[in-house]
Amino acid sequence: MAFSSQRRIDVAGLVIALVLLLLAGLVWWDMSSLQILSPYDLGPKVMPIIVSAGLTLLAVGNAVSAFRGDLPARDSLDWKPIVLVLGALACLIALIAFGGGFMIGTALLFAATSTAFGRRAFVTDLGIGAAIAAVIYLLFVKLLTLSLPAGPLERLF
Amino acid sequence: MEEAFTSLAGGLAVAIQPMNLLFALIGVLLGTAVGVLPGIGPALTVALLLPITFKLDPAGSIIMFAGIYYGGMYGGSTTAILINAPGESASMATALEGNLMAKAGRGGPALATAAIGSFVAGTIATLGLTLLAPYLVDIAVSFGPEDYFALMCVAFVTVSATFGDSPIRGLTSLFIGLMLGLVGIDLLSGQTRLSFGVQALYDGVEVTTLAVGLFAVGEALYVASRRHIQEERLEAIRGSLWMTREDWKRSWKPWLRGTAYGFPIGALPAGGAEIPTFLSYATERRLTKHPEDFGKGAIEGVAGPEAANNAAAAGTLVPLLTLGLPTSATAAMLLAGFQQYNLNPGPLLFAERPEVVWGLIASLFIANGMLLVLNLPLVGLWVRLLAIPQPWLYAGILVFATMGTIAANPSPVELMMLTVFGALGFLMRRFDYPIAPVIVGLILGPIAESQLRRALSISLGDPMTLLQSPISATLLAIALLALVAPFFLKGLGRFRAVED
Repeated sequence: MAFSSQRRIDVAGLVIALVLLLLAGLVWWDMSSLQILSPYDLGPKVMPIIVSAGLTLLAVGNAVSAFRGDLPARDSLDWKPIVLVLGALACLIALIAFGGGFMIGTALLFAATSTAFGRRAFVTDLGIGAAIAAVIYLLFVKLLTLSLPAGPLERLF
Repeated sequence: MEEAFTSLAGGLAVAIQPMNLLFALIGVLLGTAVGVLPGIGPALTVALLLPITFKLDPAGSIIMFAGIYYGGMYGGSTTAILINAPGESASMATALEGNLMAKAGRGGPALATAAIGSFVAGTIATLGLTLLAPYLVDIAVSFGPEDYFALMCVAFVTVSATFGDSPIRGLTSLFIGLMLGLVGIDLLSGQTRLSFGVQALYDGVEVTTLAVGLFAVGEALYVASRRHIQEERLEAIRGSLWMTREDWKRSWKPWLRGTAYGFPIGALPAGGAEIPTFLSYATERRLTKHPEDFGKGAIEGVAGPEAANNAAAAGTLVPLLTLGLPTSATAAMLLAGFQQYNLNPGPLLFAERPEVVWGLIASLFIANGMLLVLNLPLVGLWVRLLAIPQPWLYAGILVFATMGTIAANPSPVELMMLTVFGALGFLMRRFDYPIAPVIVGLILGPIAESQLRRALSISLGDPMTLLQSPISATLLAIALLALVAPFFLKGLGRFRAVED
């Protein structure tokens, strides 16, 4: 095997480098539409130029480490819990965006996270989540006078 | 010297007001609890509390935040010793010998030497802060904007590049933070940057949303994704909690040596408590009269690093309070805590609001005493926190995380950002990019930018102004050196690899 002495190219590392390069381009593009108010200096453009240049250099640096296989070894990954938690967060966002209040979404998030960490009692956890949400709602709204998005359940209080 | 003690006495008068004592107590209790619990650290706790404390008295809530910081350091050692799962990198050295002591049935003395060592180190280091602060403030007053900018460059480099595992990954984290700091309306020109017409972004990225996303959501996703790999085991505390005469004899020198490492390294903008703890561990291992104990649970290996850890925590308050320079994630959150009351740490704050600054410093002494009293007798109670089932613990963390975010800004966009930052935090953990530089970048970036632009507008746009001031030129040279050094001295930050 001629290639066995070489370390493998890290594809994920190359993707990271590419993303950094895209971000650098985004910052540069955004900067180019800014107006300079003073004839003497670059004003609001200074920092974006520095950041964009830095991100470009780091994209190169990350690409080099990816080619040299310098990234740390990674363990195997279980995707199911990640999808579960992110899905619950998406539900919470949707519920709040469409006026469902936060309590239903919070209960769902509690139960989903608990399931993601290996518990098999979804309905019980849904109840616990709802109870926690209710306590926090009362604490925040009545005691600390902070506003939380209200939906059908919250109006009961 | 005398001036410092007069100011401290004034601060003491603020700190012993009943309300402020209560805030300090709440702070240390919360801090210890979150320090003990795996998955939450002091930075996240302060982030979660920021929106809730918005309407409280500034001095009181900042005293509480500092209590959380100190308490978190104490609590972290308990977890490190009993389950060998250090909640933060600064407790890693403690876990090495501490967990072995717990396994050998000497968990009690390990916890005791950690708590007493933390108290000794915390008190000496806070005293150092008291004495050093007025001098630094005097120096900082003469700083021009270009000097401040150069100083922030030093902090950026040391926090992200010099002592991490990989300077490139650290700098990548930093620049992501700096980029996020650009988002929103530029205050000097009134133009929006990186907002793409989204109204919710005009106010910029909230530090709390970023910190909660990276720490809480990111950590939960990461732990959940690798739950099948590692199981943690809790060691019961066996043996007396009290240290024998022999334990005391073996502990007091490591305490002092740990303090001597921790305070200066924490006070220099050198990035966190990890370095001094491992330096202390290595020193104790070399100096011990009982080399046969190392690797089986040597009390010196717990006493030294724990003292170094707490001394460094107090040390990071020196640049934070006198220069407004955060050098750790928690210090960055404390800075955000000041900013939400429109207080800007730095020489001006010492002149304008001495009651806040000195009240805070005085309350640190009180918090330290409270922690000693609370920790030793109540350690059994704290340990019971570790019995909370992991699913409920993380579910609860996520509920509080989303709740705190919505309370700060009740908009779905804020929650979307939280989720995106959570995913980012997960990826950064998976690919071993450090988290703290992102937060330091976000919070310090805009400040550095305004100093840079002030310097440039004074010099009519000539960037050479940065090199014409001797202070700024020296600081930039230090920054450059700190940036280049890790590429040549491989292994500068590799204490971890050496000690494992």
